[in-house]
Amino acid sequence: MRAYKPKNDVQKKSYYNDRFYITPSLQRKTVYSDSVFSADYLSLKNIVDISESYIELDHMVIYINPEDNIKAIKHLRDIRAYDFMVELSAIDYVASKGGFEIFYELLSTTKRKRIRVKTFVKEGQAIESVNPLFRMADWSEREMYDMYGIVSNNHPFMKRILMPDDWQGHPLLKTYPLQGDEAASWYEVDKIFGKEARDIVGPELRDAACVDRYDTDRFARLGHEVPKGTPISEGNEPDTPIRYQEEGGVQLFGVKLVTPFDEIEKEQLKQRK
Amino acid sequence: MAQHKVNYLQDGGEAIKLTTVDKIVNFGRSNSIWPMTYGLACCAIEMMASGGSRFDFDRFGTIFRASPRQSDVIVVAGTLTKKHAEFMRRLYDQMPDPKWVISMGSCANTGGMFNTYATVQGVDRVVPVDIYLPGCAPRPETLQYALMMLQRKIRREPASMAQRAKRLI
Amino acid sequence: MQVSNKLKPFFENITFEREDNTMVVNFGPQHPSAHGQLRLMLELQGEEVVKSHPDVGYLHRGIEKMGENMIYNEFLPTTDRMDYIASTSNNYGYALAVEKLIGVEAPRRAEVIRTMLLEINRIISHLFWLATHALDVGAMSIFLYAFREREFAMDLMEDYCGARLTHSAVRIGGVPLDLPDNWIADLENFMAVLESQIPIYEGLLTKNRIWRMRLENVGIIPVEMAKSWAVTGIALRGSGVKWDLRREMPYGLYPELDFDIPISDRCDSYGRYKCYMAEMYESMKILRQLIPMYRESDTQLMAHAPQYISCTKEEMMTQNYSLMQHFVLVTQGMRPPVGEVYVATESPKGELGFMIVSDGSPYPYKLKCRAPSFWHTGILQDLLPGHQLADVVTIIGNLNIVFGEIDR
Repeated sequence: MRAYKPKNDVQKKSYYNDRFYITPSLQRKTVYSDSVFSADYLSLKNIVDISESYIELDHMVIYINPEDNIKAIKHLRDIRAYDFMVELSAIDYVASKGGFEIFYELLSTTKRKRIRVKTFVKEGQAIESVNPLFRMADWSEREMYDMYGIVSNNHPFMKRILMPDDWQGHPLLKTYPLQGDEAASWYEVDKIFGKEARDIVGPELRDAACVDRYDTDRFARLGHEVPKGTPISEGNEPDTPIRYQEEGGVQLFGVKLVTPFDEIEKEQLKQRK
Repeated sequence: MAQHKVNYLQDGGEAIKLTTVDKIVNFGRSNSIWPMTYGLACCAIEMMASGGSRFDFDRFGTIFRASPRQSDVIVVAGTLTKKHAEFMRRLYDQMPDPKWVISMGSCANTGGMFNTYATVQGVDRVVPVDIYLPGCAPRPETLQYALMMLQRKIRREPASMAQRAKRLI
Repeated sequence: MQVSNKLKPFFENITFEREDNTMVVNFGPQHPSAHGQLRLMLELQGEEVVKSHPDVGYLHRGIEKMGENMIYNEFLPTTDRMDYIASTSNNYGYALAVEKLIGVEAPRRAEVIRTMLLEINRIISHLFWLATHALDVGAMSIFLYAFREREFAMDLMEDYCGARLTHSAVRIGGVPLDLPDNWIADLENFMAVLESQIPIYEGLLTKNRIWRMRLENVGIIPVEMAKSWAVTGIALRGSGVKWDLRREMPYGLYPELDFDIPISDRCDSYGRYKCYMAEMYESMKILRQLIPMYRESDTQLMAHAPQYISCTKEEMMTQNYSLMQHFVLVTQGMRPPVGEVYVATESPKGELGFMIVSDGSPYPYKLKCRAPSFWHTGILQDLLPGHQLADVVTIIGNLNIVFGEIDR
């Protein structure tokens, strides 16, 4: 029987994990250890419920409810002077927690601090768009929808941005294989030539390490190229040296139309110019 | 790359016999190849650098034309993604015969390092390629060598061969 | 002869609305202005743009998903291909993010070499910007001149790491190689040449009437729009906001270096052009300060953290346990602590950030690359209406977008 590979996370996993090794976590400090962050935290606590907060590697991370995202970000932008939303995306925790963690990365140019506002949405749940606050969310939320399938409500143009419009599947989900599923692998052939051409073009060759010395359909032995179909099983193909022009140059009735490469005066530079 | 069931080099790749007219026409064609600027990704930068003044591309008689209707060769430089494959084929179809394709760089040859869902694994799944040019990114001199090989290939073919349809799809 | 595919002519997808006289024009994914694969659908009223809709994703190669399936060291050459004009800046941003995650600092000489490479990449990127922008606007000879200077800089990069374009010259924990013998002399030569040539470009363009007419009052990005669209880098500094991560939230060696941040209050393309030219001088200033720092530094090139980073080759070839550890690090990969990190550096295009979520395994749980050009292309939606069609090309060129970053 073959080994059971769980389908809820098909990304590459380490082949060896030490049973007794507990990976250390990054150090998390309380919010009150930094004066700027604690002021932000205390003022935000009055506006929304904060389920968890800590400081990790110079970032304050705040967990809020998905319904409060606009209120919290508006408060941070207008009152606490976080004037840039630098990044907006989601992390796929469908296998372990049943949902996605959406994060908003904010930057304050006046205070020189970064905050990450995180919220947990279940699979299939939509989140309110922050486009009215920051216009960059227009594209970031489209990318989030394209890659994870998380819809943003009240978004001006909720369509795919990076993948083609008729793509099936959301690529960055953990259940989506890196090399694409069946629909992905035939996408361009179906689009351009139609399903009938699948046999003619053949499946994609995804194995980079597969090199067959005798497969002259796809490979030629470097330095010993021969026309297709020549028998090569003896392994004594002639040498084909690097040649820039035909032997003797391009000739017509014995008149050399193009100066042969060998007859051009060559100069070896002693030092690079 | 694709497992084609169509054999492009049906005549074995060797020219049977070239007449004088063939030679003159091929000489003209090979020494004035006009490529279309089809830079997709990083290899496009190397293609532009090869058109610069250090690795001059103009000395081969090439002029980079922006329009497919006026070009002979399409140098596919960079990664072809599945979203773009349709447009690439469309542009290839718009080029008038005789036309050739140089596939520049690993991404165009076989999909390169991007063994992912969104990359076409080799431009030859979509268009028939004449010269494959390895490298990531290939040096400008490599591109020029590929062009010289293409010139040799053009001079080897009878002039009417280029008008025959090269593949079924 | 060529009918054997299913692609139909596109005319039925474009609607020409005759009532109010707007026309929809498609700047297809391939076009001669050398910016890569931008598909811009413009609704034109005569020559003026009424609505614009940029469509990206034609170079989406799945780099972020590749990051989830590769070990940390393996992913480094892939970051090269994001902003492929200044590759080392992406490598450095990623290496810095991983180093922050594992809590390792690169040694002094490695930092000096990395900063030198970063500033050379900044010069390469700005020269490329100048070349392609000038080519689009129409000044074609600048293209050839700037590429000539770029060749000198790319020779320097090639002498160091072997590749002209996609360098991966930086490793997590330091740099793999020391500078070759003549490199600093070549660098000083290069700077001398560049200093004599940049005034020529400025002389050709800055006071040129045609250049000024094409660039002044074109692409005005007001400060609120810039902040709302998360525009960073020179596009932000051209709107008067003095924000440069190297100065405001410094990393690496930048706290010790002395340089200015050029800004412009004009908010238009001409102001950004002046900022780009001034930044090239600042980069040269930084390089000059780095040369004596290199000479005084100790020769260690990679950080010493045997749990995460392999040792030097000499040690590996002689000590058994070093070899074993290197083997494990290369086949299985290093296991960083559990947590999240977001590190932003100032690439020539803007704020390039890497967000790494690690769950302790050798493969990142999530790797998000925050590419500045993504939002610089998004802003075209709001910026282009009101401009003429010829200005569209100027604005796209001026915003310095590179598609490897946008689509990842």
